[in-house]
Amino acid sequence: MPTTTALLIDFGSTYTKLRAIDLDRRAVLASGQGPSTVATDINVGMRLALEDLGRWMGSLPRFKYRLGSSSAAGGLRIVTVGLVRELTAEAARRAALGAGAKLVGTFAYRLTAADLERIGALAPDLVLLAGGTDGGNSEVILHNARALGASALGCPIVYGGNRAAWDEAKVLLAGKAVICTENVMPEFNVLNIEPARAAIRDLFIRRIVHAKGIDRASGECDAVLMPTPAAVMEGARLLADGCASVPGLGELVVIDPGGATTDVHSIASGAATTAGAVERGLPEPRVKRTVEGDLGMRHNAATIAEVAGVDNVADDARLPAQTVERLIGELARDVGRLPSTPEEHALDRSLARAALRLAMKRHCGTVETVYSALGPINVQTGKDLSGIQVVIGTGGVIAHSAAPLDLLETVLANPAEPESLRPRAPRFLIDRQYLLYACGLLGQAEPQAALELALKYLGDPLAEVTHERAVGG
Amino acid sequence: MSPVAQPNGAATVVTGVIGSDTHIVGNRILSMALEKAGYKVVALGALTPAAEFVKAAVETNADVILVSSLYGQGELDCRGFRELCIEAGLEDILLYVGGNLIVGKHRWEMVERIFLDMGFDRAAAPGTRVETVLEWLTRDLAAGRRRATEAAG
Repeated sequence: MPTTTALLIDFGSTYTKLRAIDLDRRAVLASGQGPSTVATDINVGMRLALEDLGRWMGSLPRFKYRLGSSSAAGGLRIVTVGLVRELTAEAARRAALGAGAKLVGTFAYRLTAADLERIGALAPDLVLLAGGTDGGNSEVILHNARALGASALGCPIVYGGNRAAWDEAKVLLAGKAVICTENVMPEFNVLNIEPARAAIRDLFIRRIVHAKGIDRASGECDAVLMPTPAAVMEGARLLADGCASVPGLGELVVIDPGGATTDVHSIASGAATTAGAVERGLPEPRVKRTVEGDLGMRHNAATIAEVAGVDNVADDARLPAQTVERLIGELARDVGRLPSTPEEHALDRSLARAALRLAMKRHCGTVETVYSALGPINVQTGKDLSGIQVVIGTGGVIAHSAAPLDLLETVLANPAEPESLRPRAPRFLIDRQYLLYACGLLGQAEPQAALELALKYLGDPLAEVTHERAVGG
Repeated sequence: MSPVAQPNGAATVVTGVIGSDTHIVGNRILSMALEKAGYKVVALGALTPAAEFVKAAVETNADVILVSSLYGQGELDCRGFRELCIEAGLEDILLYVGGNLIVGKHRWEMVERIFLDMGFDRAAAPGTRVETVLEWLTRDLAAGRRRATEAAG
């Protein structure tokens, strides 16, 4: 009997990546890769990737599923608009990030003529318009709806603001493609981002995939389901929560240092573990994604060094500061460069360590002791991830590293920074085969197969080291 | 839309305990009584910075902010509160403050004067009954509506 197979495709910004999966044996049959050619004809790169896959597999089977995700053509570029920066504007930001967006602009309060000009120049794929709790402020969102309605903006708009203002807003936005979804903050300090996320994803499938020319690959791909960051997040969610018949790993964090950004996903409540801690600020979503735009191994290597301190990076790499500065300058000129010399390897390691440390620190919350007239009080902001049991490293830098633990250990809590609620003693798993996105996609069709595949392939690096030792000696 | 152009029952009140004060019980009782009286209550709870009251009021289009302070640092915490509201476009919002506003023994008239001068519309002395606050609200919201109608007419 022929085996049932699935093809999972990532239409990336540089490469078109394929994973062929044997669904019966829960095994990766082969991987294939081609260039990303979405700017001309996406099918060119897709065919080259399929040829590459065919070379490994002998011949290509008839796939039961051919599912894709995409970060090509600039990713899913979203502009968010809210009212108060820390409230509905922040809720809208989180909804967009959770939908796998590349956030290109975030706006709060009344949009000015200059803001509208900037939004036009950003040319987003979608605008998420929020503002006001239900029955709360409607004046600002109506001002913004009027401004967007009168602008030349051609992209779809998702309305996730004050429900009481929708009827009026709809009229003001006439002529635009508008979808109304539930308010991202229906009550004060109540976060409700799932409906907006679903609406964004729906628009992505129905319109944006077409607008970007990704649907031209429909001969080789049944559906492009979501942006790639959303697929990674779905994979993480499946691994954490499990499915009806197979339990998951429980609360976890995924960290993904990339060429332009470092993404962190947490699937965890983030509830306080400090005794008596008072939680402040917007409630945290259980499924949370943060994107650090200044921490990218290639496009933003210079800013990693700037944020971490060139001297610290140099110390960590055991290189003179001048050498670090020279090498970073070379990276900025040639972002496709892979490390070859011992110096370049040392720098890459230290850049990755700095990016991982900073990205995890920003994703996790803090607890600080405030001394009041009544004695000390512990105030927590953001998620407490100190008790997290599993941290998964994904992305090329970690997958290709000979010593991934040496990179990942930097995400751990540091006694010198007791206020930062980073994981204290998690187990590290490495996504060596770059399977998380594939599992996220496959999980949409066959969750159990996707979950079992992920559990099988996410190697425990400690186990691996033991195994190597056993073989070697 | 003017914030006071709503029927009395639908008015939105933001409540909370300002500064690094954790005394939440009285504020919670007041919030429950307001809800029972038909107000929409946005309860921020203890340890609330002044700016957070204002942000919540902007987002929910509140008609009233009701600030509690029990630990004697109220004067310091409430300084500039009205200015913060004006800055955020809430010129006409009603501001009430109540509790043990200033440490030590002072004549209430003096304490009240300090807070009215800061721009609060009402200051409630320790021991003020919930019913009194509800009466003030009915009266002040009605006056606000009258002003709004006159301005429109």
